[in-house]
Amino acid sequence: MNPDVMQNVLYGLEIMWKGMFGIFAVIILITLIVILMSKIPDKGANEENK
Amino acid sequence: MEFLFDGAIALFTSPKSLAMIAVGILLIYLAIAKELEPTLLLPMGFGAIMVNIPASGALNQVLEGVGDTHGIIQWLFEVGIEASEALPILLFIGIGAMIDFGPLLSQPIMFLFGAAAQFGIFFTIVVACLLGFDLKDAASIGIIGAADGPTSILVSQILGSKYIGAIAVAAYSYMALVPIVQPVAIRLVTTKKERMIKMPYEPGQISKKTRIAFPIIVTVIAGLIAPTSIALVGFLMFGNLLRECGVLNSLSDTAQNVLANLISLLLGLTISFSMTADKFVSVDTLLIMGLGLVAFVFDTIGGVLFAKFLNLFLKKKINPMIGGAGISAFPMSARVIQKMGTKEDPTNILLMHAIGANVSGQIGSVLAGGILLELVAQILK
Repeated sequence: MNPDVMQNVLYGLEIMWKGMFGIFAVIILITLIVILMSKIPDKGANEENK
Repeated sequence: MEFLFDGAIALFTSPKSLAMIAVGILLIYLAIAKELEPTLLLPMGFGAIMVNIPASGALNQVLEGVGDTHGIIQWLFEVGIEASEALPILLFIGIGAMIDFGPLLSQPIMFLFGAAAQFGIFFTIVVACLLGFDLKDAASIGIIGAADGPTSILVSQILGSKYIGAIAVAAYSYMALVPIVQPVAIRLVTTKKERMIKMPYEPGQISKKTRIAFPIIVTVIAGLIAPTSIALVGFLMFGNLLRECGVLNSLSDTAQNVLANLISLLLGLTISFSMTADKFVSVDTLLIMGLGLVAFVFDTIGGVLFAKFLNLFLKKKINPMIGGAGISAFPMSARVIQKMGTKEDPTNILLMHAIGANVSGQIGSVLAGGILLELVAQILK
């Protein structure tokens, strides 16, 4: 295989794992914050219910 | 009187230009007769005809005895896409204003599929490198898998890919073909029993504060981790904030309708600048169309396999087809999953879960675009 192509494939693999890791890192962080926010009672809604 | 025939002679002696005019007519046909992404494919098709007429006044030309003339489509491209990427980015305000993140916020686990279903982007980059494309072009081709036209245009433009026209055509074509591509890919990696898994919809309560805070939080987190994604994520989330804040209904309505329609119209015409025969008619274009299909298939497979992986640890099983809805093609992908679910079992209603995964795909795709730009820049510096 052409060394340039081989080098690009290696770069591509590096982008693959770092990219997927990066997307999951951001998404998991957002998910955790959303879960935390859902645990905080909504004062406005509670008052309306009363 | 020779000048009357100059254009026709030039056209009929240029098979590539003729071929591109045929491509333009094909895109218009697909948009009107088959209703495949008509908002984009129709202006792109018409633009392709305009820019491929020899000595087209829609492009900059040099007229003998007169000098330089300026063409509107070339000017729109240079100002609206090349100089600032303004058109695709502004479109995100409209898209953000259209999205209701409620089904996602009420089932946060669906967020994960928006990440998993970006796998096709990265897999395709590796395949494109293997086929001999350089890293910038391979990354631009891979982003077709974002299943998101504006992101594909933006990333390929920033990376300076010469294939931006083919990439845009592939992205929009496959988005339109999601109802054909996804069922095949999903059946490849699921059993009938898995496709019949039922998922009761038990949404959690979402407060207005959460809906308002969500776009701000996403923008800050995405910006801190991948600053290059700020333009994409930020404009998407700004549009969503307009929708959710409750005090700018008129602006939200304008963003969803007038702004989105106007930008789509201009974007379609503008992108046709990159569909001139000399740039478009090549074997590489066919390869890019093939790689676009690979990207969509592996996005879907990535999402489905991730759902199956999660099922190893979950008591309440997820229908793995939901993972396939983690792509950005909204709401088509969610509808496909719902249709496949009811085909296996007419009482199986998966729509709201699929919509949750699908809107997560909208966030995942813009994040993927930003992170990809960041990584390519890091590697090539």
